[in-house]
Amino acid sequence: MAHSGPKTPHPDTLAVHAGQSPDPATGARAVPIYQSASFVFPDSDTAAALFNMETPGHVYSRLSNPTVSVLEERIASLEGGAGAIATSSGQAALHLAIATLMGEGGHIVASASLYGGSHNLLHYTLPRFGITATFVPTRDLDAWRTAIRPETRLLFGESVGNPSVDVLDIPAVAALAHEHGLPLLVDATVTTPMLGRALEQGADLVMHSATKFLSGHGVVIGGVLVDGGRFDWLSSSRFPTLTQPYAGFHDMVFAEESPVTAFLLRARREGLRDFGACMAPMTAFHVLQGLETLHLRMPRHIESTDRVADFLASHEAVTRVHHPRAATHPDHALAQRLYPRGCSAILSFELKGGRDAGRRFIDSLTLFSHLANIGDAKSLVIHPATTTHWRMDDAALLAAGITPGTVRLSIGLEHVDDLVEDLSRALRASQK
Amino acid sequence: MQFIVKGYPAYAYTGGRAFDPATRAVVFIHGAAFDHSVWQWQARYLAHHGFSVLAIDLPAHGRSPGIARTTIEGMADWIAALIEAASLERAALVGHSMGSLVALQCALSHPARVAKLALVGTSLPMAVGDAFLAAARDDSPAAFDMEVVWGHSRGAMLATSAVPGMNLVGASRQLNGRARNGVLHADLAACHAWKAPSADALAKLSMPILVAAGKRDQMTPFKAGRAAASMLPDARLVALDAGHSMMTEAPRALLGALRDFL
Repeated sequence: MAHSGPKTPHPDTLAVHAGQSPDPATGARAVPIYQSASFVFPDSDTAAALFNMETPGHVYSRLSNPTVSVLEERIASLEGGAGAIATSSGQAALHLAIATLMGEGGHIVASASLYGGSHNLLHYTLPRFGITATFVPTRDLDAWRTAIRPETRLLFGESVGNPSVDVLDIPAVAALAHEHGLPLLVDATVTTPMLGRALEQGADLVMHSATKFLSGHGVVIGGVLVDGGRFDWLSSSRFPTLTQPYAGFHDMVFAEESPVTAFLLRARREGLRDFGACMAPMTAFHVLQGLETLHLRMPRHIESTDRVADFLASHEAVTRVHHPRAATHPDHALAQRLYPRGCSAILSFELKGGRDAGRRFIDSLTLFSHLANIGDAKSLVIHPATTTHWRMDDAALLAAGITPGTVRLSIGLEHVDDLVEDLSRALRASQK
Repeated sequence: MQFIVKGYPAYAYTGGRAFDPATRAVVFIHGAAFDHSVWQWQARYLAHHGFSVLAIDLPAHGRSPGIARTTIEGMADWIAALIEAASLERAALVGHSMGSLVALQCALSHPARVAKLALVGTSLPMAVGDAFLAAARDDSPAAFDMEVVWGHSRGAMLATSAVPGMNLVGASRQLNGRARNGVLHADLAACHAWKAPSADALAKLSMPILVAAGKRDQMTPFKAGRAAASMLPDARLVALDAGHSMMTEAPRALLGALRDFL
């Protein structure tokens, strides 16, 4: 028998309102920027209770801040999670997730199609702290399975890879993770909760670079980490940070305190407290401003990207376009299933003439800005092999779907005819 | 910590302090398909302020194994057995929603075991709608959606959370969603079937009684809490600016009311 639950607000409404009551002190309707390092304790007993996590509230803005909390609650609500932690950058969100779940000896299985910064952290930096990663082809489920070891603590991939634009089969990789008693973390920066909700698709944790589409205007650096609240940390002995007493906080057993929010409790009480990569309240305000139009911006980003992808695919100077919109793309069917409203305003393509043509192309663009970012209102272009992914060797580049001739575009909110005209002119120039 | 109650292990959260039967004890009883963690923001404080706290997981809930009791009377007997298993003569009982019925029934059936009685989000009786029961019977996700949406104040999904960074409705939904199959229905059916005691029976209660009612409660409306308080001898009524989930929607106000009462 079908049962219908109660009505709940649509994502568009959550994007504008979730996590924010009018300011209790002033009635301010916009989110006030609580630019304050600390918050006054009403009395000594409350002070002690706040420090000992006996009562909830704000103490010090490294741990939590009222402006930042609105953002955390809004994203958690949009993603359908139990809660969230905002961080100083997307990189900090990834580091916080990893550091909360494992220490020396820990192992991660990750998709090879990662943002260059994430690859740096996993491949070069974390091994210095005893945490290693195995990179596997995103689409090869057997490779994911084979790479899992007894010391594996996390599976990690991007919902849509940057810049390869390959699509992670979240339901399948999540099922594999859960079969092995492991959580799946998805970086959903490219898709945002407006195109797909990774937690509903099976992920346990979701992170974003809020610098990108969430804020949407290229004005801040920030990150956010969302816990779905569904993973059963107590089901194995693999996660002692959550299931064993923590000497750093009065021997608290986080999974006992709250089975649903154990991960967030530890991440805030240890990771934010000790590593300190918190988000600034002004940053949270800017991300919130962006979020309030996310549901309007994403369809426009997608619509223009579709036009641009079609234009490039039919252009004689372009040998290949990487975007699941094309029926020939290996992830076409998967993208339609997981992201029926479109999956990416990022696309990459291969130019005839390799590296030199690429340089001429980029230098001839006038509307597109040549810079290292995605997800701006302004359209952006970059050559990954010499910039974002320059530390990777050719084999790693190939695994990440990048060749020396790959050009990445992030399609903004300008009129699409103007974008096509700019590209058309630069493509002609690239072949001279 | 673990106790053996009626032959089965029973889990109780002690608020981050070792349990000491010599200290005045408070037993927290959760609502339908929940567990001890709903009391996170009351239990830990009281455990650090002179009380021995047992926030229990009822059988088949949270970390307690066993079979879900199908009547409020059965749950109440289990609470009395737990008090005995914890080497306590008596304890204050704090119950939420279904747990409030369990606490009240325990006070009626085992008055010597109950020092004080605090009923949070209560209604006497506690009828459950057909659609809710039917959805729970089928273990439909809609049943859990009803439990969490009606279990919070209207608009709670859009409001600032009292617990920074937490999506209270989402977290509550995930806690509910962890319930084993059949448990939500067993709990709701037990609430629905429970007969409100006669005025004579209630009049015999001699322990101090507190009723905490949420002014924006959609599950057990405020007027039901007020009516319950009027039926219970010398009961103190506290009105909180919250929905049914007062423990997280108004954690400090509820804690203040409990602290003053206990």
